[in-house]
Amino acid sequence: MKKPIISLDSITFRYPNSVHDVLKQVSFSIHEGEWVAIVGHNGSGKSTLAKLINGLYFPENGEIHIAGIKLDNSTVWDTRKHIGMVFQNPDNQFVGTTVQDDVAFGLENHGVPYEDMVKRVIGALKQVKMDDFLNQEPHHLSGGQKQRVAIASVLALRPDIIILDEATSMLDPHGREEIISLVRQLKEVQGLTVLSITHDLEEAAKADRIIVMNDGEVFQTGTPDEIFKLGDELVKLGLDLPFPIKMANTFKEQGVPLQGQYLTEEELVIELWTSHFKK
Amino acid sequence: MDISLQKVEYRYAAGSPFEKLAIEDVSFSVPSGQYVAIIGHTGSGKSTVLQHLNALLKPTAGSVVIGDRTVRAGRKEKELKSIRQKVGIVFQFPEQQLFEETVLKDICYGPMNFGVSEEEAKNRAEYWIEEVGLSREILNQSPFDLSGGQMRRVAIAGVLAMQPDLIVLDEPTAGLDPRGRKEMMDMFYRLHKERNLSMILVTHSMEDASVYADKIVIMHKGKKVHEGTPREIFADAEKLKQWDLSVPEVVHFQRLLEHKTGILFPVVCLTMEELVAQWKQLSGGHPL
Ligand SMILES: Nc1ncnc2c1ncn2[C@@H]1O[C@H](COP(=O)(O)OP(=O)(O)OP(=O)(O)O)[C@@H](O)[C@H]1O
Ligand SMILES: Nc1ncnc2c1ncn2[C@@H]1O[C@H](COP(=O)(O)OP(=O)(O)OP(=O)(O)O)[C@@H](O)[C@H]1O
Ligand SMILES: [Mg+2]
Ligand SMILES: [Mg+2]
Repeated sequence: MKKPIISLDSITFRYPNSVHDVLKQVSFSIHEGEWVAIVGHNGSGKSTLAKLINGLYFPENGEIHIAGIKLDNSTVWDTRKHIGMVFQNPDNQFVGTTVQDDVAFGLENHGVPYEDMVKRVIGALKQVKMDDFLNQEPHHLSGGQKQRVAIASVLALRPDIIILDEATSMLDPHGREEIISLVRQLKEVQGLTVLSITHDLEEAAKADRIIVMNDGEVFQTGTPDEIFKLGDELVKLGLDLPFPIKMANTFKEQGVPLQGQYLTEEELVIELWTSHFKK
Repeated sequence: MDISLQKVEYRYAAGSPFEKLAIEDVSFSVPSGQYVAIIGHTGSGKSTVLQHLNALLKPTAGSVVIGDRTVRAGRKEKELKSIRQKVGIVFQFPEQQLFEETVLKDICYGPMNFGVSEEEAKNRAEYWIEEVGLSREILNQSPFDLSGGQMRRVAIAGVLAMQPDLIVLDEPTAGLDPRGRKEMMDMFYRLHKERNLSMILVTHSMEDASVYADKIVIMHKGKKVHEGTPREIFADAEKLKQWDLSVPEVVHFQRLLEHKTGILFPVVCLTMEELVAQWKQLSGGHPL
């Protein structure tokens, strides 16, 4: 049995000036080395969850444990050491006046020795292909470049847990794939735990597990297969289905019979080929 | 309102040690009532191009024609307000355009700045907030106490409330949930059709570019490298690769299917319905 590295137990929360509870009785746990995607409509509470896990706010009710430590006012600096978070708007997290200073900033705070720091800064910026921009001001980058730098800052920290809050939303499809497979590689090699908040269902389809949020509550948790079986129920929640499933549905609607559920284009192509041509 | 860029160059911080050439020799036009999508890799200059369309940036060489106005490099421009009134821009990050203490004030700011009465501005705010899928309750909240997707919707409502002649959208669906994405894109398209509005959309969604645009412009490393109809652009995946771009998913799927079955479709299909219709014709002779 794997160890949970993040666990939430009956979390209820509202912002100081909010009228309703923003999170209601939210419970789930995430295991070490797991990749979990959080999906849900706008305003369903995803970013709020991330902020609570990172100790930027504290729940009204319920408990959060990070790496076995109960998160509260007195432990927040310990729990944060385990977590690297990429915020939804990268401009909110830049602190340095140059790209390299910005990435170095977090490492300085963690007391990383100078030489090691330089290596890690350059290494992380190379990984996200931003090593040509070392001395540019982070606020003066393009949208996608900002997101890449924000990700580098977190990679350089080498945390145990990475929280990505729509961290690749402004990247082109190819760039998005590159970054996701980079993080995936770190997960495989270093056992990184990844919590990825995303509206990109193709990305969610590749997670180990998906948590579906709806109006401040956990609607359902399961493997991508289990979640996408919900079909129209997801659509009603403001979500969508991955392309291969929608493609298969269109075939069925137009009277082309198909069995099963296809999470990849390849599976669907093979099915079409074998059932309709290979006779 | 016709728009055209003529050999536009832009250098950030021109003349300083930090000078940075962002775009050069960019020319293209958007005839009145056309829907143009601009696509291109990260940092290729898309947002820089867009900011020229309401004279937020002025070219360091070349000129930009916006309706009856021409913004030329090296010339002082008077009265930019009339341009800004006609051109509504939804910025890449919604935080870039929200600043008032309530959502209501934020949406009313643009229209009132251009001479609309307070009452009329409020009416428009109440109308557009619901059009973008939010409830009127939100009008009294601070725009900074909203979720990312809610901020995006408020920013869109603010631009539409100005009733511009040209709508410029810089990745307007980033941060929206899937339903919101579809609803907003359909709403923009409806406005484009019903009011004959010109639209310029920067997007990383090849699907949106292929479905909505009349014409696609490709930016690469600060230059315009190609333009054409969606069908022309997406017929050639190899060509797109050199600019680090890909085809919409349905086209990718079509190519996989062609590869596996050895049967070539006569056209490139831009929607799932089109693809299924083609498939039924092609597999017609076979037992289903
Ligand atoms: N600082 C704040 N003060 C008050 N209310 C807030 C604040 N931030 C968010 N909210 C509200 O809390 C709810 C949840 O917001 P949250 O940012 O967690 O949503 P989300 O799921 O991340 O949405 P999105 O997909 O749009 O980013 C929303 O109704 C939002 O309006
Ligand atoms: N304020 C600025 N000062 C200096 N350079 C800038 C500034 N804004 C953008 N740049 C640079 O100009 C180039 C073009 O940027 P632009 O924002 O136009 O790209 P983009 O195509 O919109 O990219 P993305 O898809 O990532 O948003 C980039 O290399 C960027 O680093
Ligand atoms: Mg959010
Ligand atoms: Mg941009």
